[in-house]
Amino acid sequence: MTMTIQRNAVGKPARLSNPVAVDIVKLNKWFGSFHVLRDIDLRVMGGERIVICGPSGSGKSTMIRCINRLEEHQSGRIVVDGVELTNDLKKVDEVRREVGMVFQHFNLFPHLTVLENCTLAPIWVRKMPKQQAEEIALHYLERVKIPEQANKYPGQLSGGQQQRVAIARALCMSPKIMLFDEPTSALDPEMVKEVLDTMVSLAEDGMTMLCVTHEMGFAREVANRIVFMDEGQIVESNAPEAFFNHPEHARTKLFLSQILR
Amino acid sequence: MTMAEGDLAVTEFRFVQSQYLTAQPPPARMTGALAWVRANLLSTPFNIALTVVVLALVVWILYGVIGFLLVDAVWTGSDRTACLMSTVHHEVGACWPFVKDRLAYFTYGSYPIPQRWRVDLFFALLAVGVGWLLWLRAPRRDLGMVYFFIVLPVVSFILLHGFAAIGLPVVDTVLWGGVLVTIVLASVGIVVSLPIGIVLALGRRSRMPIVRFSSSVFIEFVRGVPLITVLFMASVMLPLFVPQQYEPDKLLRAMIGIALFASAYMAEVVRAGLQAIPKGQYEGAMAVGLNYPLMMRFIILPQALRVTIPNIVNTYIGLFKDTSLVTIIGIFDLLNTVEVSRVDPKWATPVTSTTGYAVAAMFYLVFCYGMSRYARATEARLRQGDKR
Repeated sequence: MTMTIQRNAVGKPARLSNPVAVDIVKLNKWFGSFHVLRDIDLRVMGGERIVICGPSGSGKSTMIRCINRLEEHQSGRIVVDGVELTNDLKKVDEVRREVGMVFQHFNLFPHLTVLENCTLAPIWVRKMPKQQAEEIALHYLERVKIPEQANKYPGQLSGGQQQRVAIARALCMSPKIMLFDEPTSALDPEMVKEVLDTMVSLAEDGMTMLCVTHEMGFAREVANRIVFMDEGQIVESNAPEAFFNHPEHARTKLFLSQILR
Repeated sequence: MTMAEGDLAVTEFRFVQSQYLTAQPPPARMTGALAWVRANLLSTPFNIALTVVVLALVVWILYGVIGFLLVDAVWTGSDRTACLMSTVHHEVGACWPFVKDRLAYFTYGSYPIPQRWRVDLFFALLAVGVGWLLWLRAPRRDLGMVYFFIVLPVVSFILLHGFAAIGLPVVDTVLWGGVLVTIVLASVGIVVSLPIGIVLALGRRSRMPIVRFSSSVFIEFVRGVPLITVLFMASVMLPLFVPQQYEPDKLLRAMIGIALFASAYMAEVVRAGLQAIPKGQYEGAMAVGLNYPLMMRFIILPQALRVTIPNIVNTYIGLFKDTSLVTIIGIFDLLNTVEVSRVDPKWATPVTSTTGYAVAAMFYLVFCYGMSRYARATEARLRQGDKR
């Protein structure tokens, strides 16, 4: 009986309550007097896989960090699965529970074991019994192919392994949406593939994903839409095929010519 | 000719490793006690000179200390005549009969003799509590926390102060003294200052201006005033403002003064630790859905306190020794009991003061060094997690 419940809990990604996963309308944000996000409009449907790219300083990280309110916006609306992000901390907590995030520098908790990293939030935020949380954590660690590291500390793992733990940690909260903020940029070249493989398999399960990344191979293979940002705005957005083969905006063409040689 | 050049190029650049090299042990010169001595004590002429000078200094100090405390010391006697040069006919060292005679006073102060078992029991209960908390593999450390932070303070108060209803006569704190007062003041300061310090530190980093402002004002005010001033204010100025019947106990006032003083220092120590935590830890915690209290409790504070253990213990050691300042407001802590005893005509000799102070010094040294050692062990244990 409990087994079937757990199967459901750890199989496919948690269902969204709305067809629209993330709705960003006229989003503006300033760092001091610097206008970092300018009139961003982006609607992400459930199950979409969106890759956001652009030169550094274009505001792509800031934009996805607004989606779980690691950054506050000053005007516009962000609605995540029907919940609008405002100053209401309850709403913010509600959104963060349902949105997983993977960072460039992993941000694992160095004083906790890999297993504890994965079970802390389910136990204390989801009020899950410890044993069940550990079973689920081991399931996801197996899925990212490092169950044997469960009792080690993050500092004992390689960068690629740490990033896979970070993905497992996010998945343990059974998120409806996953945000990736340059997940492979801090990794040694030999470790990029193992992380990308994990992300591909996640996409195959139907997870709604927003990825800021420079991995154009991954974008081509996995994304159903590519969003190109520059100077705080969305300059061009298109399906990968069209985006790579027939870029329209001059800035997009320049960017692609720089990175695809 | 062109062919020869081509051959040269090939032989110069072409390289394929035929077999991987295996790791070898280091050369013998790098290991062993003799190598250590040579590398660390006798490596250069300056180093040799330094070694000789320091060794000579150590021998000289040990000679003096051992001579005074053991070799020339007087071990038996019943009053000051035992410790006079005219009696022993050589240079007089420590006067131990004085310490033996006064040991009970050093320990309990003027606590009534028939009631001193209560102080002994308090010491025992405290030792159990400290042991329970500090011994990491002790069973039920959660109960230990409850015992130490809730049961022990209440029981200790009833035990030491008295509670007529259950047949324990009240002993006024004026009679408390010696090690008892030092330990009570230090434990209250140690137990109270960390939680208050954490709250103040978090307050000072709060996003709410009022909270931040009041925390800053408290910390800066208390840190900007000498502890002696705080104690004087507590003992001399407070009675001017409060009607006599509501005036709190003198020892209690000193206790509060010391605890608040230590809290302000602790707040700055904890704040430094909080500042050392990278922003990514906050973001990681928030991103998995932890709210502020959970994030602080499980992610930020454990890491911040770990990096500040040396400073926390440093503050504790300072606090432990600062309790001796209550002497000046007429509370009989260990140092004050020594101070009173050394001028007692029954024992007044040229060596009595030195002996008394040596005892006090050893007492403080044992406790402070103990804290320091425990902190080092804790650091080493916690560092295990960060090991690569």
